[in-house]
Amino acid sequence: MKFEHFGLGLLKGMTVTFRHIFRHPTVNQYPYQRLNVSRRIRGNELVWDKKRCTGCATCAKACPQGAIEIVTGANPVENRYEVRTYRVDTGYCIQCGLCVESCPYDAIFMGYAYERAKYRRRDLVQENDTLLESKERPKSGYFHPEVAAGLPAQTLLVEKIVERKD
Amino acid sequence: MTTREITLKTEPFVLNVGPLHPSTHGVYRMRTTLDGEVVLDIEPVFGYLHRGIEKLMEERTFTGIIPLTDRLDYISPMSNNLAYCLAVEKLCGIKVPERAEYLRVIMAELQRLANHCIAVGSFLNDAGAYFTPFMYTFREREKIVDLFEMVSGQRMTYNYMRIGGVSQDIPEEFLPALAKLLDQLERFVDEYDFLLKENEILIARAKGVGILPKEVAINCGISGPVARASGIRRDLRRDDPYSIYDRFEFDIPVGENGDSYDRYRVRVAEMRQSLRIIRQAMKDIPAGPVKAEVPQVVRPPAGEVYAHIEAPKGELGFYIVSDGSIAPYRCHVRPTSLINLTALRQMVRGWKVADLIVIFGSIDITMGEVDR
Amino acid sequence: MPDISPLLTGHLPAATAAYWPGGYWGHWAFYTTALITFALLMVMGAIYIERRLLGRMQSRLGPNRTGPFGLLQPVADALKVLIKEDIIPQPADRLVHWLAPVVAFVPVVMIFAVVPFQKGALLADLNIGILYVVAVSSLTTVGIFMAGWGSSNKYSLLGAMRNVAAVVSYEIPLVLSILGVVLIAGSLSLNEIVLAQDIPFIFLQPMGFLLFFMAACAEINRSPFDLMEADSEIVAGFHTEYSGMKFAMFYLVEYAEAIAMSAIISVLFLGGWRGPLLPPWLWFVIKVFAVFGFMVWTRATFPRVRIDQLMAFAWKFLLPLSLINLFVTAIQVLTIPDAPWLVFIINTAVMILLVIIWSGLFKVGWGRVEV
Repeated sequence: MKFEHFGLGLLKGMTVTFRHIFRHPTVNQYPYQRLNVSRRIRGNELVWDKKRCTGCATCAKACPQGAIEIVTGANPVENRYEVRTYRVDTGYCIQCGLCVESCPYDAIFMGYAYERAKYRRRDLVQENDTLLESKERPKSGYFHPEVAAGLPAQTLLVEKIVERKD
Repeated sequence: MTTREITLKTEPFVLNVGPLHPSTHGVYRMRTTLDGEVVLDIEPVFGYLHRGIEKLMEERTFTGIIPLTDRLDYISPMSNNLAYCLAVEKLCGIKVPERAEYLRVIMAELQRLANHCIAVGSFLNDAGAYFTPFMYTFREREKIVDLFEMVSGQRMTYNYMRIGGVSQDIPEEFLPALAKLLDQLERFVDEYDFLLKENEILIARAKGVGILPKEVAINCGISGPVARASGIRRDLRRDDPYSIYDRFEFDIPVGENGDSYDRYRVRVAEMRQSLRIIRQAMKDIPAGPVKAEVPQVVRPPAGEVYAHIEAPKGELGFYIVSDGSIAPYRCHVRPTSLINLTALRQMVRGWKVADLIVIFGSIDITMGEVDR
Repeated sequence: MPDISPLLTGHLPAATAAYWPGGYWGHWAFYTTALITFALLMVMGAIYIERRLLGRMQSRLGPNRTGPFGLLQPVADALKVLIKEDIIPQPADRLVHWLAPVVAFVPVVMIFAVVPFQKGALLADLNIGILYVVAVSSLTTVGIFMAGWGSSNKYSLLGAMRNVAAVVSYEIPLVLSILGVVLIAGSLSLNEIVLAQDIPFIFLQPMGFLLFFMAACAEINRSPFDLMEADSEIVAGFHTEYSGMKFAMFYLVEYAEAIAMSAIISVLFLGGWRGPLLPPWLWFVIKVFAVFGFMVWTRATFPRVRIDQLMAFAWKFLLPLSLINLFVTAIQVLTIPDAPWLVFIINTAVMILLVIIWSGLFKVGWGRVEV
């Protein structure tokens, strides 16, 4: 093996690294600068719509992890069939989104929030009212274009960073 | 070549490279027998990342397996999804809509770009370029991953393809962003070549190092860029066209010597070809549905099927035995990385420790696929 | 306490200790303190520059959270490393393991003793200054080999062995490329060499500069010759088993060596403290950081060479070229001592010619060994 290019190959590479000093850096400093995530993000927690849910358990069957547990029963007072418990073990959830896709009544959504880490393992098991939509737990537009339309557009690196001006 | 008249008594020693080593790309371990700096022999040890995916597949529904395939080669989940869905569709005889086919091709080729970005970047990082090419290629991969996030909602385990199509249609801002990305990537590949293609140190480190002869490659069953670098003109996109690859025009880059440098060059050339394919697919993508009418719970007829695709790392195949129930009776993955890894021992013997790392990096493996 | 006002105004008295308040010991105490402070401050600056510049070259930002512009990052690093647990591996040779960082660190600080910061402002104006530098700087290798041997780790041993091999080989082209400068300057004292540079010697000795820079990079294990701590191959080389303050010492050694070599390069080839307008010590610091910045630049760009290529490069490329350079310089000093620009033209032409010829001639490394 010889020095085929008389060291010019080395110099060529050095020009590239030198030019990068004057370019915009790619990084953004996360807790201070936030980028918009995808409108279809499959975030940390499921959002459950209590009114639409019929307790058919299609989501529970579709879940590959078996993280969803549904208990239903008759309500003789109001004379209807109701969902008693809707429990999701978020610790098991792999955010695959198959439950959202399978729901025939559009009663379940992926979460738009992604900073939903917990300190206690038991907090991961969520049921009934904790699963409802709230300010901290907005719905994601995954499989629900009507929800996606109301969310901010995703920040794209392609548009943010101009690599070479020519 | 051997001019070492040894007068000094030397003794080989065993060095464990891995499982926690900066350059083993996961939890891979090589019991390396060294004579000074010269590698006498290596004995691969793996299984540190074994999660029993093939067994898990037997107790899940056919749709529920798709997230598992994401976790095989976690660098390129789209290709894994595609291979698995093709296998099930072949078994059930499902016809995939046109638009879905185009989307699949675009995603698979973007995935190839993303994978080669990592492969090339980490190869050069192994060669010792202190994280610079790694950072540059990761920056480009990030742009591709942004698009995957846009369509599927995740940045890593995309879970985008479904049996009979893809899970949902692309949003309207996808195609303009893709066009912009292609322009940038083209410039990037050029600039990137300028950075290290002619670098004398890289040439000295990679050219002629770790030569994989054509015969050995065929005997070991090597596929993908590693095989093509050895001069085997085999690409399943051309030889056994799946999906709609027969409609596109592209070249198959082939190396001459089968050394580490050729493997690196072949990957870069493949990136350019992928850009070409995506441009063609973008131009004539039709409108229409993106998913065929497939029941919620797929019940394929009893039988067995093998479907393979040209994944970024090589031939990726899924062999599925169905007994007519909602879950496969047996599912076997033909992993690319594991089979490409079998040639490592013959490539590295006689080279130095530093070459061991470079050759290993040039094969481009993912431990998730090796151990499954 | 010596009067430090001359230091601030830029007019230091001659180095001769007798003229100093407090005589010999006053001079000694002042310069020893000043040098160690200077070395540590420069190391902190170097760490900051390296991380920021490397970050920008890699399309990142680099540390920017600690203090204004991240300037306090080296301080934060030092504090972190101080409170870390000091782990000694059970099979390690405890004494050698403990002694190694000290043995590695002391010679590096000693190099600064002969580096002139201004006219005559140096601890010891040795008449064999450059010889002293070469001798002392290679002592660090002993400490590094002790570290590799004492930690009883195979990666460490490999790294240490590589370092010894590299330093032993690269000493020769290093010294030979210095000799060209010494021939022109007519003195071994660094102070005298700076005084002789009406034109910086980089113009009179372009090839000498190139060879010295490459040899120095190998000597202090900067990229692309950073084999002894090749992180992608042998994890961290000789300091794999070091943690806490001992690791910090090695970290310090690494950067102090780089600063020392940058200082030597700027003294030998870039005119040391000489320069217009700015005070001399500032010129010196600027030049040192410029050379160091160049080292960072190469680190950001180049892959690493292999050990046999490293040796081949020393013996087949650097050694013959430095011998030829020495020969050419000797003839020039004899025949055309008063025509620096003619020397510049001739030497540049010779350099380009030789690099082209040798690029075609020499073969890097042996390649595969039959096993």
